[in-house]
Amino acid sequence: MGKDKKNLTPEQQKYQVLQQKHEIKRPIIKNCIRAFWVGGLICTVGQAITYFYIYFFNFTEQTAGNPTVATMVFLSMLLTGFGIYDHLAQFGGAGTAVPVTGFGNAVISAAIEHRTEGFVLGVGGNMFKLAGSVILFGVFSAFVVALIKTILIQWGVL
Amino acid sequence: MLKGKQSWVFQNRPVIAATGVSGGPFEANGRLAEDFDILHDDLWMGQDSYEKAHRVLIEEACQSALKKENILKEDIHFFIAGDLINQITPTSLSARTNQIPYFGIFGACSTSMEGLALSSFIINNKGAKYILTGASSHYASVEKQFRYPTEYGGQKPPTAQWTITGAGVAIIKENSGSQNLPVTTSATIGKVVDMGLTDPFNMGGAMAPAAADTITAHFKDMQVDPSYYDLIVTGDLGKIGHSTTYELLTNAGLRIDKGKFQDCGLMIFKEDQPVNAGGSGAGCSSTVLYGHLLNQMKQGAYKRILVVATGALLSPLTFQQNETIPCIAHAVSIEMNN
Repeated sequence: MGKDKKNLTPEQQKYQVLQQKHEIKRPIIKNCIRAFWVGGLICTVGQAITYFYIYFFNFTEQTAGNPTVATMVFLSMLLTGFGIYDHLAQFGGAGTAVPVTGFGNAVISAAIEHRTEGFVLGVGGNMFKLAGSVILFGVFSAFVVALIKTILIQWGVL
Repeated sequence: MLKGKQSWVFQNRPVIAATGVSGGPFEANGRLAEDFDILHDDLWMGQDSYEKAHRVLIEEACQSALKKENILKEDIHFFIAGDLINQITPTSLSARTNQIPYFGIFGACSTSMEGLALSSFIINNKGAKYILTGASSHYASVEKQFRYPTEYGGQKPPTAQWTITGAGVAIIKENSGSQNLPVTTSATIGKVVDMGLTDPFNMGGAMAPAAADTITAHFKDMQVDPSYYDLIVTGDLGKIGHSTTYELLTNAGLRIDKGKFQDCGLMIFKEDQPVNAGGSGAGCSSTVLYGHLLNQMKQGAYKRILVVATGALLSPLTFQQNETIPCIAHAVSIEMNN
């Protein structure tokens, strides 16, 4: 709200001040505490899965990351499909959005949502509606960071 | 007949003859479940898409109203209705089913009163004998269009509202005198008010000035005092919008008894339902008015009510292009005939 306060007329500004009084604020501290616990819990599950792969399969601490992420995304997809993840997210907020499970949820929820429009234009076309920008900007930032690293190595800084 | 700047008086007192109200699972668990004619226990309603389920809601509400009035759809002259989906297709597809000459209207969540005002005007001026009018919304199809996928885990702020799954329609007919039924007596058409708010998760705050503007205009045009009404009810302002509107009206010098100023979005759900600031959607005012409120009037709880339906005329596109939220409100006065 009030992105460009300068463009508002005095009447609009006056109203927004009045409206602010009635607006119920987001409980930021409560949300942070919940996000901490929910996010932490998801990461603990992830850590347990990592250990599982290390102890029962032929993975090391370095290589167990990939199967762990895949398992977490798979679990998140199941929870989304059964309609549980969105309730968990309303409670946990950023705690469910930041871990990789949030990414899985963004993809699968869009796929479910647009299933009625068919597989090609519906599921295929909309699956990355929310997650697409994560992929795009994620890959782009990785590219920029790699570029900086390469330049620094060339200069002999690293 | 025009009165004042933006109001119509319906001197022939068109009658709200019969109504049909359908709803979904959330409404079935709500406070007003008894006032619905048809309630579904899942959002799909036996269809393979939410948009089709939305159409079914409208069709069922129409059938229910026709059955109660004991009239064939061929005898209805016009169907004036709308919803929130792109190009109001659920309503248009239900008009394909019922084959009644059709006006599709869009006023976002104010559609219910836009339709009732237009219908009353046409009936009042003998443009038709019977008109079917109403508005509807479906939680999942509206969320899909305006917000995120239903199963997406986005945390909603406490200012967010819950879109109602429901359709409310009414048959408006000429007044033949003696029956003690609700009649429409006047309407005030609102103008678009935009106070520069941009948060689509706080519709109530954005719509409050439009509601206050139309209510103030109504009392100015009609030259009556708020005490004329037993109840002034807004459409879907929710907690924030409702209290903001009350303050705006008080500042404008309108003294309204707090108990006589209510909101459909705050009536429909129970306290323990997770709806944040209350209900919303085009189906909110239509189901609560055509179901609960008219039942209450017939039971004698109210003699005169003013229904003010508010709408936020934004689209996902205008929001993404950083447009502020334009809002509107229309008011219709409903009284018991005798």
